[in-house]
Amino acid sequence: MNDGASAFATALALIVSGDPEFLGIVGLSLGVTLTAVLISCVVGMPLGALLAVARFPGRGALVVAFNALMGLPPVVVGLLVYLALSRSGPLGALGLLYTPAAMVIAQTILVTPIVAALTRQAVADLNAEYDEYLRALGADRVETIGTLLWDARFSLATAALAGFGRASAEVGAVMIVGGNIAHVTRVMTTTIALETSRGELALALGLGIVLLAISLGVNAAVMGVRTQAERVGHA
Amino acid sequence: MNFNRALLAAALIAGPAFSASAQDFILVQSTTSTANSGLFDHILPQFTEKTGTEVRVVAVGTGQAIKNAMNCDGDVLLVHSRAREDAFVAEGFAPRRYDVMYNDFVMVGPEADPAEISGMTDAAAALNRIAEAEAPFASRGDDSGTHGKEKSLWKAAGVDQAAASGRWYRETGSGMGATINAAVGMGAYTLTDRATWSSYGAKGDYEIVVEGDPALFNPYGVMLVSADKCPSVKTALGQEFIDWLVGSEGQAAIASFQIGGEQQFFPSAAEEKVGG
Repeated sequence: MNDGASAFATALALIVSGDPEFLGIVGLSLGVTLTAVLISCVVGMPLGALLAVARFPGRGALVVAFNALMGLPPVVVGLLVYLALSRSGPLGALGLLYTPAAMVIAQTILVTPIVAALTRQAVADLNAEYDEYLRALGADRVETIGTLLWDARFSLATAALAGFGRASAEVGAVMIVGGNIAHVTRVMTTTIALETSRGELALALGLGIVLLAISLGVNAAVMGVRTQAERVGHA
Repeated sequence: MNFNRALLAAALIAGPAFSASAQDFILVQSTTSTANSGLFDHILPQFTEKTGTEVRVVAVGTGQAIKNAMNCDGDVLLVHSRAREDAFVAEGFAPRRYDVMYNDFVMVGPEADPAEISGMTDAAAALNRIAEAEAPFASRGDDSGTHGKEKSLWKAAGVDQAAASGRWYRETGSGMGATINAAVGMGAYTLTDRATWSSYGAKGDYEIVVEGDPALFNPYGVMLVSADKCPSVKTALGQEFIDWLVGSEGQAAIASFQIGGEQQFFPSAAEEKVGG
């Protein structure tokens, strides 16, 4: 197909051109997604670790719930956040609908369960190993969680990357709560959806290639940091 | 719920960091046909330059646009479904409706023309032939203005198209562009507004097969969401936009929007007739 071939040329031209509108869209995409992932890590990692070490009734159900929430359909989250933030909804007075903040909220809800569930698994595995040792040291729960999170940091980087992948690729939630408003809430994925509906398939695919390249770049950067840190750690 | 509170706090912190500018803006709920065709890109900068008010457009199907406006998530509503616009006004969601512009719907189909309708000017008769031939037809199926028009044409044709759903009658449940995509992909006929078709970039061997029927007339209306129903509405700015749109400058801006050298929308505001 012709569109496939010209998509690469389009992608290259977009990157080389430095078109401010295009850069604005890329910048907003990264801003929204990275903010959502950051919040998800701050909330989800301690939560996941707590689920791994704490013993309380209903813990098993909670673990299953978080694992299940990893599969939340973005469009459903978008709809729920829309209903909450709509002027006629409970949080309407905040005026957040159709702003990047609304997009951050939706993506945070999508990503937090992923980070929490993957963190719980990583920390639980580690805890099985460290349990006696930490107990012998007389570590309290906060110290235990802190130690485990730190020692699981490489697995946690993977959890954060999984969350980043989910957030940067989804279109259903940000389309509904952001509204795909030009120069305000238009991000990579909503632009791709828009250009597809305009029949500009090469441009849509070109944007897709750029999105993939950014994802590759972020993953490579994290991998690089991790390799460097491991080398230092073993030196 | 600490979790929710944390999310909310985060949103409140992130909110100001992202808010675009201190500039005044209004929110317009509108349809995919006006946005996808590029009309707004053409006319809105002229309004913003004159007044300093930014116009933010959410482009969805007419059904969703009206629903969003009823939820107070917009200052101005610009759509094309006369009956539902009148209902919107009658229910008190807008003080009145203004005529803005019109264009027309066309039926497009593959060059092979399996139902042999090319060149017809009677849309209902053409649909009848499609039904007889059981030629595939792609419907928006999304409660949009275009979908509403299509259903009224089937009714006029005396065809129970819904009974053929899943066979030759295929409801895409998506926007105009996505539906054209699907139609081209499966060799189906479809009904589209002329502007979206003109600006559509992947036509393949598709062409306009039916046009010119008065029943294919497609008027657009604009309404200011009522502050009685929605206290958050920016009444002054919204009315300023509507006044501009139906005034001589806005009407001239609409008339001057062209795709491939052809005018796409024809001004129809009652106050001051301009152009086409």
